Amino acid sequence: MSIVQNFPFFSIILAMFSGIVSSVLSGKKARNLSIAMILAVFVLSLSTLAFCWGTGESYTYWMGHFPAPWGNEIRAGILEGVTASLFSLVMVLSVIGGMGHTEQDVEASKQNLFYIMVDLMLSSLLALIYTNDLFTAYVFVEINTIAGCGMIMIRQKGRSLSSAIRYMILSQLGSGLFLIGLSLLYGVTGHLLMSPAKEAVTAIEAAGAYQIPMLMIVAVISVGLAIKSGLYPFHYWIPDTYGYATPTASAILSGLVSKGYIFLLIKIFYRVLGQEHVIASQIVNVLFVFGLAGMVMGSVHAILQRDLRRMIAYSSVAQIGYIYMGIGLGTQAGMVAAVFHVFTHSITKALLFISAVGLYEASGDRKDYHSLRGSGYRARLAGIGFSVGALSMVGFPMLSGFISKLLFASSALQTPGKRLPTLIALAVSTVLNAVYFLRMVITIYSIPGKRTVKTGQTGADAADGTERQNAASDSGSTAGSRVRSTWNLRLAVLCLILLNLALGMFSQPVVRALEAGLEMFA
Amino acid sequence: MSRPKDHIETSRWKRFQNWVNGETDILLDSMEIRQPEQPPEEEPISGASPDAGEAHPYTPLWVRPFQEGRSLRYFRRWYQVMSVLVCLGMIAALLWTVAYLPPFGDPANPANNEVAARYIEKGLQETGAVNMVTGMILDYRAFDTFGESCVLFIASCCVLVLLRLDAADRRMSAKERAEREKKRREAETEDRVFEPRHDVILQKCACVLVPLILVFGIYIVLNGHLSPGGGFSGGAVLGSGLILYLNAFGFEKTKRFFTGKVYRRVTLCALTFYCLAKSYSFYTGANHLESGIPLGTPGAILSSGLIFPLNICVGLVVACTMYAFYTLFRKGDL
Amino acid sequence: MAQALLTNLHETAAVVLFGVGFTVLLLHRNLIKKIMGMNIMDTAVYLFLAAKGYINGRMVPIMTDGILDADAYINPVPSGLVLTGIVVSVSTTALMLALTIRLYERYGSLDLDEILMRLKEEEPS
Repeated sequence: MSIVQNFPFFSIILAMFSGIVSSVLSGKKARNLSIAMILAVFVLSLSTLAFCWGTGESYTYWMGHFPAPWGNEIRAGILEGVTASLFSLVMVLSVIGGMGHTEQDVEASKQNLFYIMVDLMLSSLLALIYTNDLFTAYVFVEINTIAGCGMIMIRQKGRSLSSAIRYMILSQLGSGLFLIGLSLLYGVTGHLLMSPAKEAVTAIEAAGAYQIPMLMIVAVISVGLAIKSGLYPFHYWIPDTYGYATPTASAILSGLVSKGYIFLLIKIFYRVLGQEHVIASQIVNVLFVFGLAGMVMGSVHAILQRDLRRMIAYSSVAQIGYIYMGIGLGTQAGMVAAVFHVFTHSITKALLFISAVGLYEASGDRKDYHSLRGSGYRARLAGIGFSVGALSMVGFPMLSGFISKLLFASSALQTPGKRLPTLIALAVSTVLNAVYFLRMVITIYSIPGKRTVKTGQTGADAADGTERQNAASDSGSTAGSRVRSTWNLRLAVLCLILLNLALGMFSQPVVRALEAGLEMFA
Repeated sequence: MSRPKDHIETSRWKRFQNWVNGETDILLDSMEIRQPEQPPEEEPISGASPDAGEAHPYTPLWVRPFQEGRSLRYFRRWYQVMSVLVCLGMIAALLWTVAYLPPFGDPANPANNEVAARYIEKGLQETGAVNMVTGMILDYRAFDTFGESCVLFIASCCVLVLLRLDAADRRMSAKERAEREKKRREAETEDRVFEPRHDVILQKCACVLVPLILVFGIYIVLNGHLSPGGGFSGGAVLGSGLILYLNAFGFEKTKRFFTGKVYRRVTLCALTFYCLAKSYSFYTGANHLESGIPLGTPGAILSSGLIFPLNICVGLVVACTMYAFYTLFRKGDL
Repeated sequence: MAQALLTNLHETAAVVLFGVGFTVLLLHRNLIKKIMGMNIMDTAVYLFLAAKGYINGRMVPIMTDGILDADAYINPVPSGLVLTGIVVSVSTTALMLALTIRLYERYGSLDLDEILMRLKEEEPS
């Protein structure tokens, strides 16, 4: 066995070990350790990807001295390699970009605890990506949930506490459903590892036994993971959670955590339950309908927001809807589009959250639309970053969002039954996306202080209005009074913009890799 | 049925219902309740608005806007109806599933038992553990169990974030610092209510029980591979012994051997050992190398390779974490 | 179907408890009761797993007598899963309780709706 094949295991253990060691380090050291570790994981994942691409096949790795049905296993292939590299890259950029705010938001004596959570979050994401065992997946889903909750409530403000508990409640509902699904599956098949479980499921299918339990298992596992990833009717924890956590946490939670669950769901569909069986069970149609509803409703809610970060959070609801719609199409092309959109969304959301930090730093830490007027001039790079992210979400050519919309549309055309609803929802959602994102872009590039005080306002309002006007014109009377964002923020925004452009312009290799990876899954 | 209507208000059923709803205390008036000698200040703990206490027939705030209209009743009814519907729907769907599962207690349950059969037939030889469940979770499926220790570790980190009241540091402004100090002092005073004041019965009982509990916990941890038990159960017993000791003798006595520093070091050492030992075993296993760890004679106390030290590590982590949870919930400090 | 449910009495009880716990966690307004619901739900799953592992007339899988026959012992796998699951649910319960304490300190209420209402009054979004 070549040394490269050990790398997935090394990256998981490295992340866990640095989490454990961080408990006795100071905040700064823990942060540096965390960044170094995530970069190392990125390199390890890239080499795994290169290895799998070279050999053209996936491999399993024993976690212990025992082969498949007896001991734990992890599995690496092209899709796992791509996802792990991309997730670690986005994670390190989110950590670097939000560094300054983490220092402000978190008590000095508790900073190392925040980085413990980041480390264990990465390890659990990697484990969800690589695992070949259902119960390991459950344990790491729980680590992921608790780490996510920790990252939300670390600000210890009222909003973040209440959103943390709502997040915990819904996540526990999802975990409970997932666990009972797992137990039912164990009761029927007698296996916990994915490959033997799939063989048992295929045998059961062929014999036509246990039809109702199998249907329930598919339903319960899909609904459980859909709840955890925030599919539309279960989305109500998302806006508060993403809107009030510290920026690093928002970027990681919206960009990566929900995607980890989606990846696990896809993996279970392909590697345990069998994609044909899932399609036959009509569960994908349920996901499809909820996905469509999420695409439209999330965008409608986003239009109604007046706070920048809540708007981005609601846009996440819509994007999760896109991903589930792709899964719900039930074709290979739809799945490729969904996975591609997972990547697009994690890069773009991280970019939006991090550049939003730059924008409201330049506006005196106010996040309402009026105060943000002209902030694109004050913080140049953050403004550009936000515009790129917004255009990518709307689907501007050359950016990654365009490619994923193209993939969705073309895969919808190949699916006769769902062609019309998909195309209509795509069109409506794109228009709505354009409404709120472009409005925001126009806002940040409009000259500040133009709003005149309307007559007929009460005195207090008027005073408030003029005061605001003064504040705005103070901070942005000339484009020259620019606020220089910190180096780390600019570095992160720049890297994310480049990543977005790269994914948009050189999408062919990525799509081919995804197709090959999904082939390997089956 | 024949009862006049106004009796219902004072009936047993109504009182029971009130008690279930948490509106009255059934023990009130029927039992003497000793108030603590220095009752904590009457006003609710910081941040609560003054009218929280007096809104006595319980009306949640969100209800108040509805209170005039009839919509309130509909809203509450909706909540109840939804609860019943969700509950019944969920149960019905799952019952429908259960009816088709293999029968209880059947040898063919689950349908495919090759994994369990192999664990039992080869497990003793391959892991060296007499207790097959321990052998399974610490050898065959050790990765899960390592993940599980990490769940405990990260949960304790989250509780630390939420409940630990740290000393004020240099970066804070003067006002924040004063506030922090005040909060710490408040927590100390509140906690003093629970501190024992030479409670002879408790202390004598603890003198007898604590050593027994600790020895029993150590026995469970050390015999994890031979008999029912293991690191998690033994660790929980050890933790409960420590908590009893704390309750009987107070923080001054426990501070001599258990502080935040000790907690951090013990957890770090135990988890690091766990991580390194298991990484070694995974690495050798995956690369088909001999691990070179002797399994010993099955049934002896020093046997079963890594399982024995791992059980000790897990026991230490669990005992410290349980004790830390208790002290953190009590006064926000270790 | 009733016959099958009676044979699988333990599983039946487990799923009924699961439904109850699920509903309490989802729809009860009181945070402490929500946590209790979560624990009921988790425990129900453990009951389910334990019932899955049981086989009539067999011993616990501890081989003190040197019998190494698969037909002599019950299935050890679900027992191991339950052990792992218990630790997970202890951890989540501790975390939820800590969050509840902090919320109670801040808002003086355990009612989630009331807390959200106060929050809206304090800092309208």
